[in-house]
Amino acid sequence: MSNQEWPLWEIFIRSKAGLDHKHVGSLHAADSTMAIEMARDVYTRRMEGISIWAVESINIHASNPDDAGIFYEPSNDKIYRHPTFYDLPDEITHM
Amino acid sequence: MNNSLVEYIMHLADNSLIHGHRLSEWCGHGPILEVDIALSNIALDNIGAARSLYEYAAEIEGNGKTEDTYPYFRDVRQFKNSLLLELPNGNFADTIAKCLLFDTYQFYFYTALKNSSDNRLAAIAEKSLKEVTYHLRFSSEWVVRLGDGTDESKQKMQNAIAEHWEYAGELFAPSNIELEMIEQGIAPNIDALKDVWQQKIAETIEEATLSFPLSNEKGWFQSGGKKGIHTEYLGFILADLQYMQKTYPNSEW
Repeated sequence: MSNQEWPLWEIFIRSKAGLDHKHVGSLHAADSTMAIEMARDVYTRRMEGISIWAVESINIHASNPDDAGIFYEPSNDKIYRHPTFYDLPDEITHM
Repeated sequence: MNNSLVEYIMHLADNSLIHGHRLSEWCGHGPILEVDIALSNIALDNIGAARSLYEYAAEIEGNGKTEDTYPYFRDVRQFKNSLLLELPNGNFADTIAKCLLFDTYQFYFYTALKNSSDNRLAAIAEKSLKEVTYHLRFSSEWVVRLGDGTDESKQKMQNAIAEHWEYAGELFAPSNIELEMIEQGIAPNIDALKDVWQQKIAETIEEATLSFPLSNEKGWFQSGGKKGIHTEYLGFILADLQYMQKTYPNSEW
């Protein structure tokens, strides 16, 4: 019995046409076909979605939490970057 | 005539119920979490199909019968499932072999049953075919993965197919009830599905780098299930399945 773990895959599900694929979790699978089928079995059994993306976790490059200070804090005092100074008509949604 | 139809429906329903029950035994015991969930999903698809069929039989029979009457209150000899489906799960390769043989059969069977002169059966076939198409993909891919995997997985897969092969023939040998239903255009001619079934299995086995043919020269196979003559295993399944209803008849929760 081999102790080698199958690679980890990140699973993204589109809940309905027109919406984004959203990250729902991750699973281990030997290849992309298996990853998508397992995602189907694990993450869409309650009608959660109509499309699946599987991305091998190794291909995801993440920012370093240690960089949070230099990355994000400088924008804290730049409130003028938010378009909050406009009056929006009531009919406009999703803004 | 209705009697024969009920008998026929019972055979189809029992196949799905017993297969579903066996697969449900994997719940909590799958080789990995995702496969555990996949097998449970497939179990539920089968039990769902069985329910639709039992419900139909109960409607025809009337007399206060319900979908629960058949699985919970019949004895071994009254079950008409094929022997293949009551065999123990064995190792993972054994279950996958059993699934491959049955899923491939169901795929062609439901495809043909969609044209049944019985509208209700045609509708059930249409719904089930989508599920079975996925089951077949699942079992075929696992046969290929295990067959074309390590030396150990290849050996286990080869043994598993060889051991289950002699139980598959029964699926294509029509009983008297089936002959009657075929005559009436209600049932597809299962005998005619055998060649395309074998062709498809051969392709999968070849892709899995396993050996074929597996059948012995005379094509002898185990049979009896369709007549109610079962292996010793079915009794144990029913003991499990019917325990609660037999201990507390008609209990509900």
